[in-house]
Amino acid sequence: MSEPILSIRNLTVEIPTRQGILRPVNGVSYDIGRGEILGVVGESGAGKSMAGNAVIGLLSPPARIAEGEIHVNGARIDQLKGDAMRRLRGKEIGMVFQDPLTSLNPLLRIGDQLTETILAHLPLSRSQAEERAVQALDEVGIPGAAERVNSYPHEFSGGMRQRVVIALALCAEPSLIIADEPTTALDVSVQAQIIALLKQLCRNRGTAVMLITHDMGVIAEAADRVAVMYAGKLVELGPVREVLTTPRHPYTDGLMGSTPLASRGKDRLHQIPGAMPRLDSLPQGCAFHPRCPYAQAQCKADPAPKLNEGEGAACWFPLPHATKVA
Amino acid sequence: MSFAFMLAYVIQRVIQSALVLLVVGLVAFSMFRFVGDPVDNMLGQERTQADIDRLRTQLGLDQPFPVQYVKFLSGAAQGNFGVSYRQGRPVSEILVQRAPATLELAAVSGFLAITIGIGLGVFTAIRRNGFTANAIMSLSLIGVSLPTFLIGILLIYLFSVELGWLPSFGRGETVQIGWWSTGFLTESGLKALILPSITLGLYQMTLIMRLVRSEMLEVLRQDYIRFARARGLRDRAVNFRHALKNTLVPVITVTGLQLGSIIAFAIITETVFQWPGVGLLFINAIQFVDIPVMAAYLMLISVMFVGINLIVDLLYFAIDPRLRADRTKAH
Amino acid sequence: MTDSPLPVKDPSRLSLWWQSDFMYAFKRSPVAISSFCVAALLVLAAVCAPLIATHDPFDPATLNLMNGFSAPMTPNAFTGETFWLGTDDQGRDVFSTILYGLRISLFVGAAAVLFAMVLGITLGLLAGYVGGWTETIIMRVADVQLTFPAILVAMLIFGIAKGITPVEYRDQMAIWVLIIAIGLSDWVQFARVVRGATLVEKNKEYVQAARLIGRTSPAIMLKHILPNVLSPVLVIATISLALAIIAEATLSFLGVGAPPTQPSLGTLIRIGQGFLFSGEWWILLFPAVTLLTLALSVNLLGDWLRDALNPRLR
Repeated sequence: MSEPILSIRNLTVEIPTRQGILRPVNGVSYDIGRGEILGVVGESGAGKSMAGNAVIGLLSPPARIAEGEIHVNGARIDQLKGDAMRRLRGKEIGMVFQDPLTSLNPLLRIGDQLTETILAHLPLSRSQAEERAVQALDEVGIPGAAERVNSYPHEFSGGMRQRVVIALALCAEPSLIIADEPTTALDVSVQAQIIALLKQLCRNRGTAVMLITHDMGVIAEAADRVAVMYAGKLVELGPVREVLTTPRHPYTDGLMGSTPLASRGKDRLHQIPGAMPRLDSLPQGCAFHPRCPYAQAQCKADPAPKLNEGEGAACWFPLPHATKVA
Repeated sequence: MSFAFMLAYVIQRVIQSALVLLVVGLVAFSMFRFVGDPVDNMLGQERTQADIDRLRTQLGLDQPFPVQYVKFLSGAAQGNFGVSYRQGRPVSEILVQRAPATLELAAVSGFLAITIGIGLGVFTAIRRNGFTANAIMSLSLIGVSLPTFLIGILLIYLFSVELGWLPSFGRGETVQIGWWSTGFLTESGLKALILPSITLGLYQMTLIMRLVRSEMLEVLRQDYIRFARARGLRDRAVNFRHALKNTLVPVITVTGLQLGSIIAFAIITETVFQWPGVGLLFINAIQFVDIPVMAAYLMLISVMFVGINLIVDLLYFAIDPRLRADRTKAH
Repeated sequence: MTDSPLPVKDPSRLSLWWQSDFMYAFKRSPVAISSFCVAALLVLAAVCAPLIATHDPFDPATLNLMNGFSAPMTPNAFTGETFWLGTDDQGRDVFSTILYGLRISLFVGAAAVLFAMVLGITLGLLAGYVGGWTETIIMRVADVQLTFPAILVAMLIFGIAKGITPVEYRDQMAIWVLIIAIGLSDWVQFARVVRGATLVEKNKEYVQAARLIGRTSPAIMLKHILPNVLSPVLVIATISLALAIIAEATLSFLGVGAPPTQPSLGTLIRIGQGFLFSGEWWILLFPAVTLLTLALSVNLLGDWLRDALNPRLR
């Protein structure tokens, strides 16, 4: 593989609180290559969005990057501050938020929101930028783009608004897109369209995508590789086909069991017992052991082995070898 | 479609405003009619029953109440509020003569309150943990508890008595332009404006500042602000183009009402600085129970308040495109 | 909610109250304690004014014109007497005038708030419980009145009342007129909160039950609904007290309030302003500082109460 677009090494995000330091992201490492879509999955609170925010430099204080490195196109960016970081946002790294109803400014025409983004990053005249805005809307499949630039956000439907959001994220041609639950707030019928659009745009341009979601269906449909997160840590990383069909971490296995997938036949849906622990009361050893059907003495005593750079599962007894206890 | 909707809305608001004015007119008229006997007030000590009867007929006091009310309203609509008991001149004439002083004072104070209030509000919201911002917020708390007249006296003591920089009372020299007398064109007129307009504007300024701050903090938490930052827009663009504009929608209502109160609070400032405006006229009218002047002032200020409310409603349409839209579509 | 009126024998109600969440919050807030102490001290001083004051400044028999314009803490040039806070042009001891002024200010403020409270609660209960036309009329009047600043409404009412009162009684009646004017300008807040709470409470089961067992409407309103709105009313009353004190001072300062024969702090400031240019600053300063301290302490107490009782105001 050529040099990755995004490279995260041992990323740790800390939030100091009165009860002690919380680590919503704890020693996470992964790469995303050119034109590749990496799906990041996990329950809410697993740290997947926090990792995305850390990459684009939008952690809200007091959360901060405590350790690790982030490289985009070979350049280290986790130490950039203020204006230097701002220049990267939109230009190198684009972001798509969850709720298209709230991510567009209701008082500004969408053409103006596009133009201001383009002008902030590209050396174009206003009229060139306006032309480009129309083009960007056209590319995300908004009919009659030339007239629609003059519309306000409330004049679009939810799916159309998410297309506008994608156009905004892509209009300065970033090499990396962070899509944070881009389909969660949409109607089911629209979700597939948006995923297909995102996939097609990024393939054509070679944009790398960090697709954050809790929906295994979305992952199966769009991602090339999957990163599974649990309680701030990366527990499994691998090509989407392998992870979905032969998961190696018991947590991934549990996730698969609780997701209705056509490929898995007519098995009953399972659920993982218990709930993900809160960050201020993580158990000793592997954070997953209280819920793990295969847990053994070592899992309760020692933290799970670290999953570094390579692919695989952060587990003492990865499947399919483990034997069920009780 | 949306134009028809807007028109219907405006008509509805105008009708409401007219109703309020009718009620206020009734109050004003009742004052006029029943508080003190106008005949008593207008005739001197040496009066005969014939004089009284003649005046009663002349003033229309022998007619039924509703007829008198309608006459009063139509008179008021034409600017005829009767004759001041105290000065013996038509009230409208006195009002026209006094109005420029109050309006100029209110305009300058309103301008100060809005510009500085919004500016400081934005500043304290953006730097919400900064030292300066916290200091401004604490000061504003004292500003809210400080009665306006004490602020005026304090300013007079500092800048007139101790430093001797600025005049402590009056409008200075004024220039007559038609019926309008302005203090904007002379040095002494401008100097005389400084202390009163600060006194009058300070309270509204703190209110606007605190409101802008809390609204702005609310807006800064919104997704579209995060998205604007995620697109790499400059802080200035995020704070002013995106955040401030959304902040303004709720701020406009309160600010509009505040501008109305500026005219009312001018009474206090005008008394402290002996500013020859409508407010001082009103206070003197209360002291001497000059009912026609009080009634006229009430009518005048109601028209102003109702007008401001109406303008505020219309401003919403100008700022928020969601209101301009046909309500049946979307949402 | 504050302590509940449960029939508790032991521990005593007092100790129960002392241990309540409310008192716990109070004991932990330096701002609340100090503003309460300052306000209590001022009230005490006002109540005991005749005992503390060096003389009754409004009894001409006790005045010595030679004592006029004594500076604070300096022996008078003619009589050699020393006054803590100086004297005014008539030789009145400023300290004593402040005590008597404080009395008037507090009395007018408290009476006006009480009046506004009774009126507002009554109308609010009526509007919320009876509904229909009664409600429409009451709330419409409230809306129209809210359009105008309270101080303007108070001035107008004062002016009208003054017009109705015969000339020879005007000075005597001024204090009462002032109370009514400020009270009438301030009832809307109470009415709105009480109406809102009544609308919520009247559909609750215990009210329905009370109705079923044949309680009359006035009894239900007073015994069942009213206790539920007491804590927001208390908060509004405290904040209103600060506003009423300032309103009274403002009106008196403008010369449309307490007469010079019964001066409040506002009247004293009005008088003192005349001596500012001739250098007798103390005649103005001390009443002004007293007014400010009073208004600020009551204001802070009200703010704290609002946070402590958190009745979801605003």
